[in-house]
Amino acid sequence: MPIEWIYGAAGGLLIGCAAAMFLLVNGRIMGASGILGDLVDGTAGRAAGEKLAFIAGLVAVPAVLAGPLGRDVTHATGDLAVLILAGLAVGIGTRLANGCTSGHGVCGIPRLAPRGVAATLIYIAAGGATVLVTRHLLGIG
Amino acid sequence: MARLVFAALSGGLFGFGLLLSGMTDTRRVIGWLDLFGGWDPTLAFVMGGAMIPVAMAWAVARRRRVAFLGSPLPARPEQRITPSLAAGSALFGIGWGLAGFCPGPAMASISFGGVAGLVFLLAMVAGMFITGPMRARLAPLSS
Repeated sequence: MPIEWIYGAAGGLLIGCAAAMFLLVNGRIMGASGILGDLVDGTAGRAAGEKLAFIAGLVAVPAVLAGPLGRDVTHATGDLAVLILAGLAVGIGTRLANGCTSGHGVCGIPRLAPRGVAATLIYIAAGGATVLVTRHLLGIG
Repeated sequence: MARLVFAALSGGLFGFGLLLSGMTDTRRVIGWLDLFGGWDPTLAFVMGGAMIPVAMAWAVARRRRVAFLGSPLPARPEQRITPSLAAGSALFGIGWGLAGFCPGPAMASISFGGVAGLVFLLAMVAGMFITGPMRARLAPLSS
């Protein structure tokens, strides 16, 4: 079994523990797009402090650990047009769908939430189709 | 104060998990979506690993009225699969496949993602910002 799969499962367990803590201690769903999006469009209300604190932790811990763990590369494309298009699609899409990989996937599926399951199937299918078109039909990336 | 501390701890643990699992590496994410290339199954291990503690947490949550710090637990999830959920998820998937970033890793990698990470994050924030007003105009989609 490749070591990266084990890191994947171990990292996944940490992600799950983070979501479990946020749910049971703070009473909130750990959805990255909702946490950021509610701050961006001003709908966070009284939860704004908690959401900001969450993001502070989310940014600070990788800032410290990425170098030592040798994980400080994203291998992202340098094509600014693609990045802007992709960012807009992710921003608008996750707001319309009210969730992303963490909210609908990590938190929604174990709850057997029909919307979480549906959203996850749709975004994985759309992502797969996009990679098929860009990488194999158009030969980009 | 406790709420802020635990929120920051959750965010930090989430960031550590994303980093360790390799989800801040867009190549790995695109590799998972690339069924017709050298398919990379890592993301399935990440998702599987993440769902175990969350399933246990929901089992605990079902037996409680409030969270440990006293606030109400999330209400029963909405059941309807709306056009907005489907269209939004499809749009999100397209962006995810184009760049290999979803919102969590986009924030987690900001310290080392360079210009590319920053451009993606700013475009994502702009997208989130315009969705509210856009939604009001496209009333049928928002149902």
